[in-house]
Amino acid sequence: MNYADLFRVTLPETMLEIAALLVLVVDLGPLRKAALNVRLAAAVTLGACGCVAALMMVELEGVSWLPFGKTGDFELLGTGGFIGVAQAGILVLTALTLLLLFDSVFTKHVGEYVAVVLMAAAGGMLVAAAQDLLVIFIGLELLSLGLYILTAFAKSSGKSAEAAMKYYLFGGMSAAFLLFGFSYFYGLTGTTNIGLIQYRLTLTGPSPLFYVAWILVIAGLGFKIAVVPFHLWAPDTYEGAPAPAAAFIASVSKVASFALLVTLATTWWLRPGGNLATGSSTLEQLLRGYYQTWPQLAVVLLIASAASMVLGNLAALAQTSVRRLLAYSAIAHAGTMLLGLAAHRAFTGAGSAVDFNVASFFPQLRSMAAVIFYVLTYGLTTVGAFGVVAVVERATGSDRMDSFLGLHKRNPVLAGVLLVLFLSLAGIPPLAGFWAKFNLFAAVLGEHGGPVPFALVCLAVALSAVSLYYYLQVLKRAYVMPAPATEESQSRIRVHPVTMAALVAIAAAVVLLGCFPTVLGGWIEGF
Amino acid sequence: MLAWTIYLSFAGALIEALLPKGKAALARWVALTVALGGLALAVQGFYTGMGLGRVTLVDAAWVPTMGIHYLLAADGISRVLVLLTGLAAVAGVLFSWNIELRTNEFFAFFLALIGGVYGVFLSFDLFLLFVFYEIAIVPKYFLIAIWGSTRREYAAMKLAIYSFVGSAMVLIGLLAAYAVSGSHSTGLVAVGASHFPVSFQMWVFPLVFVGFGILAGLWPFHTWAPTGHVAAPTAASMLLAGVVMKLGAYGCLRVAIGLFPHGLDPWGFSIIGVGSWRDVFAVLAVIGIVYGALVALAQSDFKFVIGYSSVSHMGFVLLGLVTLNQIGVTGAVLQMFSHGIIAGLLFAIVGRIVYERTHTRQLAELETMHLSKRMPFAAWAFVIAGMASMGLPGFSGFVAEFQVLVGAWMAKPWWTLAAGVGIVVGVAYTWRALQKAFFGDALPNAHGLEQEHAHPFAAITWPEATGTVMLAGVSLLVGLYPRILLDTIEPAVQALLAGGGR
Repeated sequence: MNYADLFRVTLPETMLEIAALLVLVVDLGPLRKAALNVRLAAAVTLGACGCVAALMMVELEGVSWLPFGKTGDFELLGTGGFIGVAQAGILVLTALTLLLLFDSVFTKHVGEYVAVVLMAAAGGMLVAAAQDLLVIFIGLELLSLGLYILTAFAKSSGKSAEAAMKYYLFGGMSAAFLLFGFSYFYGLTGTTNIGLIQYRLTLTGPSPLFYVAWILVIAGLGFKIAVVPFHLWAPDTYEGAPAPAAAFIASVSKVASFALLVTLATTWWLRPGGNLATGSSTLEQLLRGYYQTWPQLAVVLLIASAASMVLGNLAALAQTSVRRLLAYSAIAHAGTMLLGLAAHRAFTGAGSAVDFNVASFFPQLRSMAAVIFYVLTYGLTTVGAFGVVAVVERATGSDRMDSFLGLHKRNPVLAGVLLVLFLSLAGIPPLAGFWAKFNLFAAVLGEHGGPVPFALVCLAVALSAVSLYYYLQVLKRAYVMPAPATEESQSRIRVHPVTMAALVAIAAAVVLLGCFPTVLGGWIEGF
Repeated sequence: MLAWTIYLSFAGALIEALLPKGKAALARWVALTVALGGLALAVQGFYTGMGLGRVTLVDAAWVPTMGIHYLLAADGISRVLVLLTGLAAVAGVLFSWNIELRTNEFFAFFLALIGGVYGVFLSFDLFLLFVFYEIAIVPKYFLIAIWGSTRREYAAMKLAIYSFVGSAMVLIGLLAAYAVSGSHSTGLVAVGASHFPVSFQMWVFPLVFVGFGILAGLWPFHTWAPTGHVAAPTAASMLLAGVVMKLGAYGCLRVAIGLFPHGLDPWGFSIIGVGSWRDVFAVLAVIGIVYGALVALAQSDFKFVIGYSSVSHMGFVLLGLVTLNQIGVTGAVLQMFSHGIIAGLLFAIVGRIVYERTHTRQLAELETMHLSKRMPFAAWAFVIAGMASMGLPGFSGFVAEFQVLVGAWMAKPWWTLAAGVGIVVGVAYTWRALQKAFFGDALPNAHGLEQEHAHPFAAITWPEATGTVMLAGVSLLVGLYPRILLDTIEPAVQALLAGGGR
């Protein structure tokens, strides 16, 4: 192994860590006695600069892997390709959640908060790039520990503590599942490298124990992305966590986890060559093994996907708290994304008709590209949505739907941002959310026309009609229903200019990405 | 130039949204200017397009990897419907002159809706058409929910959900068509040329037809229409009945029939005389005609009468579409135009001119007000609109419905017989409403008489008069000289039925 290479590949993470330390030093050192808003501005600026610096270090060229081990025959971290896109997304979203901080008054310890956010983001970057079970686990733990702390950051709020405790207990349990699954993988194959595991399994054929291990791993990851039946933590955490932390959990953590899932689903054939397979016969064997195995693995994903879409959308109908509504909508969206992941080459029918020509495979990245596009745009939208909720919550003291009453009068710009973001979540064109959905469904059907994916796409489309109802419930309060006639609920809502600028920028990006999806979509597919 | 109708409307919506609050007059004039500009473009496009076939307006690659193009084009059907939209927009602005609450926002939503409608009629790319179709949903919701009346929030949500369910069905159909066609383009022509298997068309056709049909008031999915029309502010009712329902019918024609013509083929077996989707939808259309008319006959609320009459008249459109012959489909397109004008006029009289002055829509109360004497303009306008709506010769409704009936007779005579019942009932409910609302001779009580003398109704304002004369004049013009539209519609329908429009 070459340490210089390792250093080069992990430069973005290093940048984040340096920025985190710098924030701590500045906040606890020179600015110790300064006013809160000065410290806040300093911490956020430093943090955002760290994100930008890391962004410049992210490798966006074609996919490559960092070789590892004495013989250099397996990989530790991937760079470039969809990994690079996901990492860039994580950094942008992190910077945006930091900007939301200007409008939150849940803590005096801004330096620590920003530092933890940056470290958690570094964990997310590792998760997105990981190619080895151990790296995955370390990255996930780094991310999760950060998230637990962030959830509990509003020290004076009982809800925040409760949410953090729930999140922590569920998270610890799911980590145990994940590790247990990993240990089976290791036991079956004698390696911790994903590519090698898949290679060896393909050669020997999957054993029943393999499926057990897979289900355990999906249970662990399903918790991270909050799909049914591992979703129970989400509504409480989204409700109790400080708003910027909730935005971080809903966006950055999702992007990282989905990037990992894409890695797990595509390593099979993304790198069938390399040091492993030599000659076309081995390659063919690999692909054949992939075709035979993946549909069985995907069944778990499809079930979780359908259950999440149904439960998420239906439960959201009954919510009165906007944060809980966003949590259930997040569950529903995760289900939709999982559909794109699972249907990927899943039902081509035992590798018969497809000629095993590697060249013909690369266009098939489409559904993966669609998933990445979806999770990035969803993350962006949801950060904005939490930003609006945070502002309203600060002004009215609650995130009940009724606190949005008369928002269009109290702050027309904020109401406009809310309108754009919620309609995008509902999938109304020409907004990014519509394009994400359409692209995903078209990719699922385009890759494979079997009855099961088609039925699930129908289900997803039907449920998105349901989802319009609950998004409109919030918009109705913001635009249609009059505010109560008290002085307090008629007054103008003031927003910190930086937060406002970030929110308007997010809304503008959602509109632009919807009108010109090729800007991001073409970029993703280009890798 | 036709493409600029879309941009102009959206730009107008944006300007309205940015206008300072409290400047109602400014907002009105901006809206009127934009609507007139759109109408001028529509007229110009209609005029220059005479005798031309399909003309591509804009064609730019939008999402090249999926073959999606920003493809705007116009054929005869589009031009006529764009013209209708222009007229409805101008009339809508004129009849919204009295909106005082959040005026600029009202016109912002109004113009956004208009822009979406223009977009649907001009899109020749499946995906683009769908995008515009959905863009039209959201403004409708807010127009009704904020500025509406009777149970407005319920009606607005019902309309939004019905529309969205319909568009979800359409979306599934489109996704399936896109996946099956294998053509790397979503252009209507390219997809239409990809010869879907008949078995595929057999299930996609009803899905897409019903999906669009929901918005066209297809029985039994019409229930959003009466509640929506009644709850909506006058301008929004005019747009809903005038153009939004046409979006549905247009989608049925252009997408469902245009792309999946074999979906109308016989099944090969028949159940009680129904042997194809064509029969199914014809039966539903005929039920819609008769049912809508009968229910209109029983209403006590003036606006509900008009609301149900829309269901009945849109039944003619759907019936005309499934006749699949030249004269029937031409009649259907003409009926879209005609009903758009006439329904707009009726809603304007009932919802604006009468209601603004009497503050009631109950026929029983209007009966006691002697409106024919106190509001002669409204009474005469309603007589004209009612005659047009009944389908008396000399008005556009006559030509359209006559053609539909002839087409239906050529397809299956009993369709015409059943639909004829609807026409007779149509005369009855219009007559009843006219008589009760305007020419009622019930004596008011003493207090009422006193009121009548003490508070004469406000005079008819110029926007009301202009709008009424414009709509009535157009209906009369088309009725007296239908060739003005038919010359444009017929070649387009011919091309569409022959497969050239696909």
